[in-house]
Amino acid sequence: SCALSSRCCAPSSAAPAMNCRAEVLEVSVEGRQVEEAMLAVLHTVLLHRSTGKFHYKKEGTYSIGTVGTQDVDCDFIDFAYVRVSSEELDRALRKAVGEFKDALRGSGSDGMGQISLEFYQKKKSRWPFSDECIPWELWTIKVNVVNLANEQERQICREKVGEKLCEKIINIVEVMNRHEYLPKMPTQSEVDNVFDTSLKDVQPYLYKISYQITDSLGTSVTTTMRRLIKDTLAL
Amino acid sequence: AMDTDLSSQDRKDLDKFIKFFALKTVQVIVQARLGEKICTRSSSSPTGSDWFNLAIKDIPEVTHEAKKALAGQLPAVGRSMCVEISLKTSEGDSMELEIWCLEMNEKCDKEIKVSYTVYNRLSLLLKSLLAITRVTPAYRLSRKQGHEYVILYRIYFGEVQLSGLGEGFQTVRVGTVGTPVGTITLSCAYRINLAFMSTRQFERTPPIMGIIIDHFVDRPYPSSSPMHPCNYRAGEDNGAVYPSVEDSQEVCTTSFSTSPPSQCVFTVTKAHFQTPPPVVTDTLKVPVMGLAFSHQLSSSRLSYQPAALGVGSADMGYPVLFAGGLNAAHPHQLIGPGKEGGVPPVPSQPAHGTQADQERMCTPLDGVHYSAATPSSSEDTETVSNSSEGKCGSPHDLLETIFIRKVGAFVNKPINQVTMANLDIPFAMFAPKNVELEDNDPMVNPPESPEMESPLQGSLHSEGSSGSSTGNTHDDFVMIDFKPAFSKDDILPMDLGTFYREFQNPPQLSSLSIDIGAQSMAEDLDSLPEKLAVHEKNVKEFDAFVETLQ
Repeated sequence: SCALSSRCCAPSSAAPAMNCRAEVLEVSVEGRQVEEAMLAVLHTVLLHRSTGKFHYKKEGTYSIGTVGTQDVDCDFIDFAYVRVSSEELDRALRKAVGEFKDALRGSGSDGMGQISLEFYQKKKSRWPFSDECIPWELWTIKVNVVNLANEQERQICREKVGEKLCEKIINIVEVMNRHEYLPKMPTQSEVDNVFDTSLKDVQPYLYKISYQITDSLGTSVTTTMRRLIKDTLAL
Repeated sequence: AMDTDLSSQDRKDLDKFIKFFALKTVQVIVQARLGEKICTRSSSSPTGSDWFNLAIKDIPEVTHEAKKALAGQLPAVGRSMCVEISLKTSEGDSMELEIWCLEMNEKCDKEIKVSYTVYNRLSLLLKSLLAITRVTPAYRLSRKQGHEYVILYRIYFGEVQLSGLGEGFQTVRVGTVGTPVGTITLSCAYRINLAFMSTRQFERTPPIMGIIIDHFVDRPYPSSSPMHPCNYRAGEDNGAVYPSVEDSQEVCTTSFSTSPPSQCVFTVTKAHFQTPPPVVTDTLKVPVMGLAFSHQLSSSRLSYQPAALGVGSADMGYPVLFAGGLNAAHPHQLIGPGKEGGVPPVPSQPAHGTQADQERMCTPLDGVHYSAATPSSSEDTETVSNSSEGKCGSPHDLLETIFIRKVGAFVNKPINQVTMANLDIPFAMFAPKNVELEDNDPMVNPPESPEMESPLQGSLHSEGSSGSSTGNTHDDFVMIDFKPAFSKDDILPMDLGTFYREFQNPPQLSSLSIDIGAQSMAEDLDSLPEKLAVHEKNVKEFDAFVETLQ
């Protein structure tokens, strides 16, 4: 499990490391659409960044489990997406997104913020140094929450956000298709440095979710709230 | 292409990967257009049959169509595998919505590891396909299909034809995977001027139910493929008699090695096993007949089992679907009852002019005759399916029906034109005419004997009968007059036949008659108290008598 190791891991810096691929997506949504829009994007990314569970056998060979998928319909957006069939993973993302949404609604926010999904590798260091977390891919979703006046606008927003999310999915797939750096497939002893093996049915690459809320003055970051969501959930 | 760099094992593996990738691609696309949410389970222990480590169910008909289209070939330069998705309204107007293309170009990546990197990238590409199939306009249309329109698919292999998509179509690239023999690309070209469809209100009128149950009925598979020779897996596609499932399925147990990267070992074991007909009902729920059109797609016939036929309409043993066609010229399979895929000759409908096409595109479609399936129609289908069951018991003798399709304004290909005749009686076309019901044959199943008054009476009758049927009224038994050898009619002035008929129904014995029996019983009961009184009076005599016996 990663509970302990993520604590030992030094928090990654705000800016991505030199070799880390960074992608930024922006969406404008209504308040009630925030969760679904975030989940759609995060799940789409994780669909591409999760494998079946590894089962190591003798002589360093391993077999890979099967990843199931399922369709998710959005209630507040004219949109549907595919996610990995893993309740644990879904719960983890929902928790993170829920906190992000609450923070967005909170005081001092004019409805702007961003949520980040970072994939990292762990590099073991010798005692007394803690393990390093080296990000290799960072997805940032910038969110702008809008307020709508009437039902008609809301209906239009449903459709428009749906269309926008379609574009985002296409963008994500384009990035995935570049077949750029992916961590090497690990040996059994290294697997926890590359993958999150704590889930029982799928195996995503090690990831962290964090978010930031922009204050009403629009300055880049006045309240920085960093959560290691996986930390909370690992217990 | 230089194969010298690629070991023969790698080449074999690569070809197999590409083949199964093509089949899975078709499954994902078609399943995404069924109109229902898909859900498959993750499994931590590899089952060995999940290609690319993804749980993608295989709908047998879809696999079959894909294999038929591919005809043992693989996508290559100039030979692309295309899945065409089109929409068909209840009036018969159809329109191409998307063409998904799996193509191969010449750009080779010699360095890439087949058994490892290519495989994983193909897996990634399938995931991308899962995601992209939900974001093109046709997805939302397909989720709403049912009453006003249905979504159809067609697989073809060869040159990509995009002309049916109208002007200004857009393209989205799903992804590419480089291999030592070329680069696989997967993309989708889709029509964009669909806006009018989503806000259209259609009248609800009886639907034309085109029911294709089984294109493959009575289609024997020759032991040697009549098509292009398979140069890598000769035994695989041919020789497998097609019931409703794959007889032999390539099993891919993925086994990777992590010890020095140069030693990536990928073992693929081929297991030939009989899978039971997959009832994919847990993922693709098949609707009740009353909502027949939510699965208007060939692949939606998931409870594709003879056992399911003839079951009540609540069981989708008889889903409604439109088949994808076999080749470019015949996108829709027309099958007449009792025929082996032959097309019933019907007069063609006059084609609509192009100007009319334009107008049709932009104006509301009035007078659409469409409605939800009525109870009568489901009864008809039950009748039809029952009759097919009576026909014979082999698994693939399912019902053959006619798919009638009206050529509409949007069709610009010379497709077999069929009139919609007799549409005021739904399913009139579909009732099989040639099926002899065994059940109706009295020689096989004699009718029920009438109620007997007493069992003995019944046996009297049956003893007398010499025909194949059990004892019954003379109506059911035909005695042919004949002259039996050595019979003389001096004793009785009649011949055997007459005698038989005469005495076929003798009067019953009075003691056996219920009425008399009942009467005497009643009398007995009435007289009982009297008799008891008498016996009581004589009790001493009886006791004395008993003593003498002891």
